[in-house]
Amino acid sequence: MSEFVYLYRGGQRPTSPAQGEQQMQKWAAWLQELTQTGHIKDRGQPLEAEGKVVRGKQKIVTDGPYPESKDLVGGYTLVEAKDLAEAAELSKGCPIFESDGLVEVRPVMQM
Amino acid sequence: MNLDENLFRRESGRMVTALTRVFGLDNLALAEDVAQDAFCRALEVWKIRGVPENPSAWLMTTAKNRAIDLLRRERTARNLVPELGRLLESEWTLVPTLNEFFGENAIKDDQLRMMFSCCDPRLSEQAQIALTLNLLCGFTINEIASAFFSTRSAIEKRLSRGKHVLATSKRLFDLADREFSTRLSAVRRALYLLFNEGYHGASAESAVRVELCREAMRLAALLLEHPLAATPATYALCALMWLHAARLPARLDAAGNLSSLLDQDRSLWDAGLIAKGQEFLELSASGSEVSEYHVEAAIASLHSNAARAEDTDWKSIVSMYDTLMILRPSPVVALNRAIAVAQVEGPERGLEEIRAIADNDRLATYPFYSAALGELELRRGEHDSARRHFQAALALARNPMERQYLALRVERSCVNRA
Repeated sequence: MSEFVYLYRGGQRPTSPAQGEQQMQKWAAWLQELTQTGHIKDRGQPLEAEGKVVRGKQKIVTDGPYPESKDLVGGYTLVEAKDLAEAAELSKGCPIFESDGLVEVRPVMQM
Repeated sequence: MNLDENLFRRESGRMVTALTRVFGLDNLALAEDVAQDAFCRALEVWKIRGVPENPSAWLMTTAKNRAIDLLRRERTARNLVPELGRLLESEWTLVPTLNEFFGENAIKDDQLRMMFSCCDPRLSEQAQIALTLNLLCGFTINEIASAFFSTRSAIEKRLSRGKHVLATSKRLFDLADREFSTRLSAVRRALYLLFNEGYHGASAESAVRVELCREAMRLAALLLEHPLAATPATYALCALMWLHAARLPARLDAAGNLSSLLDQDRSLWDAGLIAKGQEFLELSASGSEVSEYHVEAAIASLHSNAARAEDTDWKSIVSMYDTLMILRPSPVVALNRAIAVAQVEGPERGLEEIRAIADNDRLATYPFYSAALGELELRRGEHDSARRHFQAALALARNPMERQYLALRVERSCVNRA
C-alpha cells in the first residue's frame, strides 16, 4: 500500500443551506465508504479561501495573487491505495465533480 | 454521524435571534447573513472532518465567532444598539458579552423577545406569522409560500415590509415593557393560527403541515418556560395544541385519505400527547380568566376522552360551542356548533342551525360548509341533495387531499342511493 494526497481544487461553495446540506451528505457518504474500505489514512482538513503568498529572495508577502479560484486548494485528504491508478480511480466518487471542481491525486514520496 | 436534515431550520432561529441581539433589529439582514454563512462554513468543515457529536453547539460557536470577527473588523462602522455599543467596542468586553448572548438561557429569553417583536400590532396577523416562521423557525420564503398556499413574491413582499417595520426599533422587545400582556395575547394568537394552518390549513403537503404544528408547539413551550408568559391562557393554548396534535397520526387512513374525527381510528391517537395536553389543561384552570383557548382545549379534551366516536359527550360540546360563540364568534365556530347539535338532536336540527348561521356567505368558499350540509342530508336519507352539496364542496377543494376526500363523499352518496 502506498500513500496519496487528494488535493481538492475549486468547486463552488454552497449558496444556500439546503444545497450545502446536500453537498455535505454526499461528501460524508463518500469519505465514509473510503474509510470502511480501509483507504483513509487521514481525513485531512478544509482550508480557508484567503491567505498570503510569500515569495522571492526578498520574501515579499502578498494577498495572493492566486491562480484562478477554480484552481484554489480547498482541502486535502491522505489516502492509501495500491498504486496511483487505484488512487485516481477511488477519487472518482468525490462529489466535488458535481460542483465544477477537481481532485489532484499526488503520491507521497517514499524513501 | 448523520446530519439531521432540519438542522439549519432548527438552529437558524437561535442563531438569528442571538445575532440580532448583537447587531440590532435594524440589522436583521446582517444577522441572517451571518447565520447562513456560519452554517455554510460549518458544512465545509464537516464535509471533510465528519459531523461532530453536537452539531448544534458547534454551529452556535461558529456563528458567535463570525460575529466577533465582524465586530473586530468594522467595530465603528456599524451603528450598533447604543447600550451595547460600548461593550462591543472594547476588546475587554467584546468576547465575554458575546459569550453571554450565546448562552443557553440568554438565547431562550431572546427567542421570546424576538417572538414578541414579530407580533407587532402594526403588522397584520399574516405578516406576524410569516415573520415568526422566517426568523424563529428558519423557514425559507419558498417554504412559507408553500405552507400558506401563496406565491413566492407575495411572501417576499410581506416579509420585507414586516422587517421594515421591525427595523424602526433597534432592540428586541423588552419583556418588562408595559405592553407585555397585550403583546402576549398577540403572540398566542399568532401561534394558534400557525398551529391551525398546519392542522386544518390549505397546504397540500402533509409534511409541511406537521412541521408547522411542531414549530407552533415548540414556540408555545418556550412561552411556558418564562414565568411572565406562562399564564392560564398560555397553558390552555398548549393544552389545545397538544390534544389536537395527538390526533395527527389518525388524520390519514390506511389508504392515505383524510379521515374525519368521527371516522378516525382512535387507537392511533398519541396517548403521550393526550396526557400532556390534559396536564396543561389542568394547569390552565388556575385563574378566573376563561379564554377561547380554554374552551377549545376543553372541547378537544372531551373528544380525546371518548374511546369511540359514539361515546362522545356531545351535549357538553354543544354548550362549550355556545360559550365559544360568546368569546370569539365566527361562522366556522357556528358551523362546528351546528354539527355538534346534529349529533345530539338529529340531522334536521343540525341543518336548521347551519341555515341560521348569521353571515354564512363568509362560509361560501369554505369546502367543509357544503360538506357538512351534504353529510347531514346523507344522514337523513336525502341522497340527491347530499350529492349536490358534496359536488359543490368538491369544486371548492383547496388541495389534492381535500379533493380526494370530497370525491369519495360524492361517490358514496351515489352508491347509497343505488
